[in-house]
Amino acid sequence: MSSIPLKPPPQQLIAAAAGRPLATPSMNLRRRLTERAIEAVLLLAALVSVFTTLAIVAILVWESIAFFRTVPLLDFLTDTQWTPLFDDAHFGIIALLSGTLTTTIVALLVAIPLGTVLAIYLSEFAPFRVREVAKPFLEMLGGVPTIVYGYFALLFVTPLLQQIYPDLPGFNMLSAGLVMGIMIVPYVSSLSEDAMRAVPMNMREASYAMGATRLQTALFVVTPAALSGIASSYILGISRAVGETMVVAIAAGMQPNFSFNPVEPAATITAYIVQVALGDLPHGSLGYQTIFAAGLTLLLITLLFNIIGHILRKRFREAY
Amino acid sequence: MTTLPLTAPAADVEAIRRLIARHKTWDWLFGLLGVFALMFAMLVFAMLFGQMLKNGLPHLSWDFFTSFPSRRAASAGILSAWVGTVLVMLVTALVAVPLGVGAGIYLEEYAPKNLLTDIIEINVTNLAGVPSIIYGLLALGLFVYQFGLGQSIAAAGLTLALLILPVVIVATREAIRTIPQNIREGAYACGATKWQVVSHHVIPYSLPGIMTGVIIGLARAIGETAPIITIGALTFIAFLPPSPFGNPDQLISFDWLMAPFTVMPIQMFNWISRPEEAFQANAAAAGLVLVVMTLSMNAVAIWIRYHFRKKIKW
Repeated sequence: MSSIPLKPPPQQLIAAAAGRPLATPSMNLRRRLTERAIEAVLLLAALVSVFTTLAIVAILVWESIAFFRTVPLLDFLTDTQWTPLFDDAHFGIIALLSGTLTTTIVALLVAIPLGTVLAIYLSEFAPFRVREVAKPFLEMLGGVPTIVYGYFALLFVTPLLQQIYPDLPGFNMLSAGLVMGIMIVPYVSSLSEDAMRAVPMNMREASYAMGATRLQTALFVVTPAALSGIASSYILGISRAVGETMVVAIAAGMQPNFSFNPVEPAATITAYIVQVALGDLPHGSLGYQTIFAAGLTLLLITLLFNIIGHILRKRFREAY
Repeated sequence: MTTLPLTAPAADVEAIRRLIARHKTWDWLFGLLGVFALMFAMLVFAMLFGQMLKNGLPHLSWDFFTSFPSRRAASAGILSAWVGTVLVMLVTALVAVPLGVGAGIYLEEYAPKNLLTDIIEINVTNLAGVPSIIYGLLALGLFVYQFGLGQSIAAAGLTLALLILPVVIVATREAIRTIPQNIREGAYACGATKWQVVSHHVIPYSLPGIMTGVIIGLARAIGETAPIITIGALTFIAFLPPSPFGNPDQLISFDWLMAPFTVMPIQMFNWISRPEEAFQANAAAAGLVLVVMTLSMNAVAIWIRYHFRKKIKW
């Protein structure tokens, strides 16, 4: 067996192989320091988001503590009137929560059926061409500023509903909720569709091979498999609806009203914050503190839904 | 031994055929339902756009863009509003892009697997779900009063920057994740340092994705009303912020950062809240400008994504 003649490797490679550096030590040090500095700067950028959360919690809690020194927590939770700026002041958050809850439920009654049907249709039924047009279109619908939806609710949907139901007041939770529902449809449909498209093709093929139709496959195979994604799209829709501000502030009015009747006007938590911000309350007054207490309530509600979403995702997660 | 019949009795065949026909009908009906749902969404969008076109288009003229808001609806315009929007967006982009892209790069390329990284990741996800009005309250307490920025362009720009930070971070991470690992390995094999790999390869290749995210984020920021109302910036502004080039002593002055301002959605909200019909026509015109602005930004973002997705072949 003949051996292949080997040329000796260049001096530098021998040095590198022996662990000795190719560059001079000072160059190496500078390089290492620059690398370290860059990494530190990038870490700081990433930490900004953590500081943001801490600042949000700190400010809301700080001002709310000052608020709850004056107003007992029990009154805040049980009183059914919210009139913080009147002489006869009441601080019952329920009066605002009822508005938030009612508009959210109306919105979900629109967004969940419409969004789910769209998601199933786009993922399982629609031809390629339709999907290529519909997806960017839905994204655009989600990109329309909320103030424009508020204008649409107040000056188009409410007059339209008044033709069917003449007693409807100019401000009402129904039209705000309906428009909010339309606004949320793109979030629900696109997230649900992503979840359904992630279901492996061989599950559909197995179902078709058993003689199932498209609809049977979509409803009994794909939907259960994508349930965790679909559930989290609903949760996202709920937290959007709870936190939505401009549509309700414009179309549902700013009068706190402890009512679950969608044809009545009522303020939501967000609408109240807007109303106070529109006025000129001195920094540090009780009125100023109320919006932080209301904001803390809102944050806790969205946090609750985030946690529920997290649990649902874990609970229904299917691995393939 | 009895042989099994190869064909089912005629009655059974008929029953099975009817079953199949029924299921196919359901299939067809659901397809129809899907088309209707899509048409309904399109119809709503057409009505929304049509309503604003009908009321707003007669008001759109050159004067509308060059006049200040006024007590008389006919002569009111959006000059201070669109200048304010451009300046606020400038601050937002200058703050959100470096922070968001930096954070995205850190999380994808640098972050070790430890508790801190987990906290940052969970935090970014949760921040994306925080309602925008909460950012307004943060800005009111922190920027307006603690930092003493007042109701200024700087305060609004910083608020919106924090608001769109999660969008930019997520877009950056997704763009970086599509880059194959062997690109990085190739660069390392040539002796590149980590930052050289990132700045020569990772950032340039993920640029289309990052740009898409930044544009979508800014389009969202342009339409945001609630946080800006919350910092108390709903005022009647019939003047422009000081020009950066007005002062002869300095090359560029930054007085405009601290100036009071109004933006497009605020101006629109102002007009919607007025009872007079003439002002609502102004609101429609302002809304039309706003929708065209955000939709064209979204369209550019979608175009960039589709264009580059086809072009890049690893």
